[in-house]
Amino acid sequence: MSELAIESSTEPDLLTVRGVRKAFGELAVLRDISFAVPAGTVTVVIGPSGSGKTTVLRTLNALDRADAGVIGIGDVSVDFSQPVDRATLARFRAQSGMVFQAHNLFPHRTVLQNIIEGPVIVQKRPKAEAIDDARRLLEQVGLGQKADQFPYQLSGGQQQRVGIARALALKPKLMLFDEPTSALDPELVGDVLRVIRDLAADGWTMVIVTHEIRFAQQVADQVLFIEDGVVLESGPPAQVLGAPSEARTRQFLQRILDPI
Amino acid sequence: MDSATWELIGRNLWPMLVATITQTIPLAAISFVFGLVIALFVALARLSTIRPIAAAARVYISLIRGTPLLVQLFIVFYALPQIGLVIDPFPAAVFAFSLNVGGYAAEVIRAAILSIPKGQWEAAETIGMGYTTTLQRVILPQAARTAVPPLSNTLISLVKDTSLASTILVTELLRVAQLAAAPTFDFFALYGVAAVYYWVICLILSFAQNRLEARLERYVAR
Repeated sequence: MSELAIESSTEPDLLTVRGVRKAFGELAVLRDISFAVPAGTVTVVIGPSGSGKTTVLRTLNALDRADAGVIGIGDVSVDFSQPVDRATLARFRAQSGMVFQAHNLFPHRTVLQNIIEGPVIVQKRPKAEAIDDARRLLEQVGLGQKADQFPYQLSGGQQQRVGIARALALKPKLMLFDEPTSALDPELVGDVLRVIRDLAADGWTMVIVTHEIRFAQQVADQVLFIEDGVVLESGPPAQVLGAPSEARTRQFLQRILDPI
Repeated sequence: MDSATWELIGRNLWPMLVATITQTIPLAAISFVFGLVIALFVALARLSTIRPIAAAARVYISLIRGTPLLVQLFIVFYALPQIGLVIDPFPAAVFAFSLNVGGYAAEVIRAAILSIPKGQWEAAETIGMGYTTTLQRVILPQAARTAVPPLSNTLISLVKDTSLASTILVTELLRVAQLAAAPTFDFFALYGVAAVYYWVICLILSFAQNRLEARLERYVAR
């Protein structure tokens, strides 16, 4: 892993986040978030509940609009302290694909329809081509046989993998995962993590919010520990997870790895 | 009942059926369709974050629900001509009924839209859909499931409420029964037939409702 980190540090940054702030009413959730993600690397975001880690992820897709700060993904850079016009926002959004904790599949559409919805309706790609792509993606996430099922007919892990395929189908540059396994039964977690690990091996640039520390150790090139709306500590997993320099990071890891 | 009554019924079965098919059913159907369109826009206005728009929708709903349908009919047909707006009986009835359905169904549609989890809006947003596309392809198809039973109620009520149009000279089912019964005073027989006709329409609608509900349930785990 450390080799990979060194190798990737020569890559240009695909994602740069500078001075991002976000408040909900009086509550400042993100106070000053800055970090960069080199292309082809995986960044895992950890932190206590309420630390703002999910909000960080959501600002990257403008699901939550940052109040201030600059976020650049690929060649689209947005300064959120200024008013953002619709077209720019749409272009910014199109840079990243989002996988939700609760998968949020469209329940009234089949697995295949869920995946081609974005490519066909939003990106206006030819339907036949989108279907070919979708079937390939379904094979990739191990669900080749489930194309014509409705989401309710799948297990939680399968639903989540469809959610991943749906995000991939839009061919984003960056994949965002918001606690993709937190809502799953423990025995289903592995299937989803394996799919994400394979994406990492394929060279996808990803930002993953998760509580799966062992998984983070395996796939992350960079770990961010977020608390109280700031990045308290960041670095390669061996450092942040293995030998954290901050007492708060140590406390947090201890609580997660040894809950009682 | 004597044979004269039977003969009276027999003579009026057909004219009453004609009135049902040419007046009552079109009146209900057209008003319901217009009403749903109005209701959708009023519901969206009510959900708007722009305050004056939401307030206007609230006032509209309050006026419609707070006044008798018969009064609404009379205002359209008898009061509007006073300010120079003369409308024929049938279009006047369609106008009043549409506005009325619009007010009631707006609340149904609003509640159905609110019943869809926020995650569905967000998922649509992240795949790049705008507001209108999200409504069309994600929210309304799902909201339909919640809305069909109460909207069926609205439609069934409307079918029966079309009888009120008899008061503004629309020769619909009840009006024809009234006219036929007047010379003989045999109200029981003819109003009985009218009641059966209304009932049959509503039976058919209930059946259609069940079919539609079953169709909309097909993607839901049971």
